[in-house]
Amino acid sequence: MSSEPVVSVRDLRVYYGTPRGTVRAVDRVSLDIGESEVLGLVGESGCGKSTLGRGILGLLPESAALDGQVLYGERDLVAMSPRDLRRLRGPDLGLIFQEPMTRLNPLMRIEDHFRETLEQHESGLTDHEIRKRSLETLGRMGIPPTRFRQYPHEFSGGMRQRIMIALALVLRPKLLIADEPTTSLDVIVEAQILRILADLRENFGTALLLITHNLGIVAEACDRVAVMYAGQIAEEGDARAVFSAPAHPYTRELLRSTISLDTTELHSIPGAPPDLVEPPRGCRFHPRCPNAMAVCASQDPIEQPLEDGRRVLCWLYGPAEVIPAGGESPLEREAIAVADEA
Amino acid sequence: MAVPAQVERVPARGSRLVGVRRAFKPIGEARGMARAMLWVGAGITLGFVLIALLAPLIAPYDFDTFRADGERFPQLEAPSRDHLMGTNVQSTDVLSRIIWGTQTELKVVLISLFFSIAIGVPLGLLAGYFGGKLDRVLVLIMDALFVFPFLLLAIVIAFLLSDRVGRGVFTAAIAITVVYVPLYFRVVRNHTISIREEPFVEAARALGAKPFTIIRKYVFFNVVQNVPPLATLNAADAILTLAALGFLGYGIQPTEGAEWGYDIQRAVSDAASGIWWTGLFPGLAIVLLVTGLTLLGEGLNETINPVLRKRPHVKVDLGTHGELS
Amino acid sequence: MHDAVNGPLVAIRGLKTYYPIRGSFLQRLVGREAGYVKAVDDVSLELRKGEVLGLVGESGSGKTTLGRTLLGLVPATEGSIEFDGREITHMSERELRVLRREMQIVFQDPHASLNPAMTIEQSVGHPLQIHGVGSAAERRRRIAETLETVGLAPPEQFMEKYPSDLSGGQKQRAVIARAIILNPVLLVADEPVSMLDMSVRAKILQLMLDLKRELDLTYLYITHDLATAKFFCDRIAILYLGRIVEIGPAEAIYESPRHPYTKALLRAIPEPDPLRTVPRDLPRGEVPDAARPPLGCTFHPRCPQAFEVCGWESRDLRDLLETRWAHQEEERYVAERALLDDLDPLDAAATRASVRAAGGHSGAEVLELLETIRHEDPDEPFWRGVGRMTAADRHVDVEWEEPLAPRPLVDGEVTVECHLYDEDALAEASRRRAATNGTTDR
Repeated sequence: MSSEPVVSVRDLRVYYGTPRGTVRAVDRVSLDIGESEVLGLVGESGCGKSTLGRGILGLLPESAALDGQVLYGERDLVAMSPRDLRRLRGPDLGLIFQEPMTRLNPLMRIEDHFRETLEQHESGLTDHEIRKRSLETLGRMGIPPTRFRQYPHEFSGGMRQRIMIALALVLRPKLLIADEPTTSLDVIVEAQILRILADLRENFGTALLLITHNLGIVAEACDRVAVMYAGQIAEEGDARAVFSAPAHPYTRELLRSTISLDTTELHSIPGAPPDLVEPPRGCRFHPRCPNAMAVCASQDPIEQPLEDGRRVLCWLYGPAEVIPAGGESPLEREAIAVADEA
Repeated sequence: MAVPAQVERVPARGSRLVGVRRAFKPIGEARGMARAMLWVGAGITLGFVLIALLAPLIAPYDFDTFRADGERFPQLEAPSRDHLMGTNVQSTDVLSRIIWGTQTELKVVLISLFFSIAIGVPLGLLAGYFGGKLDRVLVLIMDALFVFPFLLLAIVIAFLLSDRVGRGVFTAAIAITVVYVPLYFRVVRNHTISIREEPFVEAARALGAKPFTIIRKYVFFNVVQNVPPLATLNAADAILTLAALGFLGYGIQPTEGAEWGYDIQRAVSDAASGIWWTGLFPGLAIVLLVTGLTLLGEGLNETINPVLRKRPHVKVDLGTHGELS
Repeated sequence: MHDAVNGPLVAIRGLKTYYPIRGSFLQRLVGREAGYVKAVDDVSLELRKGEVLGLVGESGSGKTTLGRTLLGLVPATEGSIEFDGREITHMSERELRVLRREMQIVFQDPHASLNPAMTIEQSVGHPLQIHGVGSAAERRRRIAETLETVGLAPPEQFMEKYPSDLSGGQKQRAVIARAIILNPVLLVADEPVSMLDMSVRAKILQLMLDLKRELDLTYLYITHDLATAKFFCDRIAILYLGRIVEIGPAEAIYESPRHPYTKALLRAIPEPDPLRTVPRDLPRGEVPDAARPPLGCTFHPRCPQAFEVCGWESRDLRDLLETRWAHQEEERYVAERALLDDLDPLDAAATRASVRAAGGHSGAEVLELLETIRHEDPDEPFWRGVGRMTAADRHVDVEWEEPLAPRPLVDGEVTVECHLYDEDALAEASRRRAATNGTTDR
């Protein structure tokens, strides 16, 4: 990316307090989202991807503690006052959820939803301009103008999701964060919505952070991908590169265990994702990693850049100077107890 | 498949109780407002229960004692050393009547609570689970009872029963029972209907379980959580109803026991003459007990009701997790 | 007790499961319904012992209702279900309960399928208790055995736990344990892995495959995920709005799908293939409302290959107009819309419609608009279904071709319900095409 990133996440930490201890949901994550690019954030449940998405927008519950930086232009969203942050949400930073009814008020017509949104964030628009922008955005989503005055319940699930996306996009935000936007939708509708999201850059110039557990979606729709495991980014880089030659063992195993039309044999990763209150020492994936070395169990891996611009958090890629003697020998792992299987 | 050598023995009965205990575990986790309400309410209620239980020991006199050592007590005497809360127009000791009255109130309320729950909850379960005609008929009856002004209903029932059974603790209890059965019925029925649609209930049907088994094992435990908050709030209301009945003259017979509402009614004429102790103390007793029960009920509601329950909030100190080892 | 019969384990013929729709308040007061949702609309299939049959479909396809009707959890409206040679369609609840030892179900949501108030031991052992199998000690032993079989080992560690103490995958294992503890013959699995993480799905599917071998199970695998279905199933039935549109051996369906819907489904599945991009040529729209299905072939409004006899109707015209206007600039939309009166009458399921002109405009103008639309996109399948458009003074009469009902046709190993494979339908269509070309009314 030659231009400046839209959002720059630096060393972000999101910790939750629970009676059992502190849950380290997001633990030192750095990420850049470039202008008009589609970045996929992928991982299994509990890896912290949703928390990261919300953390960027400052939408975390009270019991969460936030540390680090989220740079939007010159401003740091972490240090911003809640009021200033609220003003950014909408016109600059948009968010769409999995369940499309959450932002739609069942008692308001679609027309009213758009009017409210536009009036709130862009006062000074005439009624005619409001209508024109709304209909145009809705039209791009395939919602006909004849249905502008209907209520949310008169639309199907897929159409409601499109309306939600339109509501987020009508303000022309620089960044849209979509958290599992298609998980509850049918296959064909999902593909239709993905096409809309993948085309955001052409039609709206908006960058998209697509959070999902579905690797297929990421491979098809995203320019770059970040794979998350236990609150950290295991690997990040160009989507094509990551999927054709995964660097991190977790990425590789995850791809192998994904069932697709080409699957001839079932693979799975032994064990279960770690407890985020007491994560394993050293690399968090080492108890389940087929390539684990001795150093992986004692020292935290250091993020390494690869030639093609990727980043990976894994001792297999060095730096060799830091690994102590004998650290590269294969790790003797305890067999994972059957009871610890997911 | 190897048969495991040793399988731990845990008595089945124990595990059922553990289930019930788990349902009420959130009480221990209560914080803030909810916790304060719970403990204050429980404290007050417990205080009254103790008074009722220990009445024979702590009441200076019996509820209708109007003389001692051959001498009649003074009439309408202000609070003094002999009579800490004074005496009323019949020369009975107010304090004693308050203490014995506690017993009466709690007796009636407990009996009526028991019957209300014993009738309302099973009917609610059946109506909710089976639906259909049974449900429609029961809902019709219960709604009709519900809609009736409760005091009027209690009076009518007390009136009708007093002819046959005589006025007493039992009659008052039945009158209150009838008023509150629809409440339990409705709450239990509604919750049953929503539980009925849950996948695990459908799974039980798919296993071949009979409807009564399903109700007993799958529905009941999930629904019973609602009962304690409801019962305590119900008890608070029942006290007021009983006092109202007593005030209007339809409560228990004065010869059967002391009753606060009745006392207040007698005290109405005293007020004009500036005699405050005959009315104030019974009134305070009612207010205090009802408040205690209400606080307890609301506290339970806040803690057990999963919608209202707040997760315990634990602070995080990022500093201690600074550098990773 | 299943004796070796030559016939199939399950035979379903002409099954219909209709749900009545509750009508308006007044109708409900009188006790009358306002129509039906045809959740399962005339389905016939066979399930042979030891095979895995997949029911694949999206929402509204009826796959879940079909599974439940088979098990007797939902009453069938019409048709017959035979299990192991016995007619079970109209069995009483009591008779069905006995049958439940032989056919079991695994549900979709592991978090909601277990009673939160029962321990794992109680839940998994409940079938034994219900059917009065063995003494308490024997039951305990059997529960422990079954827990080990499904991978919840050591069993003692799991018996006392409650569902909330287990992970999603572990819960699903417990649900499977509960389903197999009576050694059923048939297992209906309703989306057993959709709510689990990717790496856990493989484990549970592997478990199900192992159980199939060890316990000689027959599976009915209900899912919307064609990828897992391809791996897991021997035969696959694709459902759309309550009907089977294609059914056949798994390889045949995936190698060369016949029905346009099947083709679309296969194209739409997201694949973690670095060279793939988002598919562009997908059918438009969504699964229609099951309470008011389209005429003829219910897939026709979305089908890129639909033709004359597929069931074109008035509602399709409305869709056409709305889709067009969604992609137009506002001024043009406003101008076009102004020509037309209220569009609601077009919402009827009819092959004749009257498009009224708005006040101040004539039928001729409306016809001109329609012809313009046709000329801008003549390949749109809709126009093949239009028979005649006749302009009157203040409206335009539109007539569509009468639909032919789709019927199942055999094409090699696969049975498909689509007019594209129906010689008679194709012949009829070209006959009508010839007739219409001879007459163009103005």
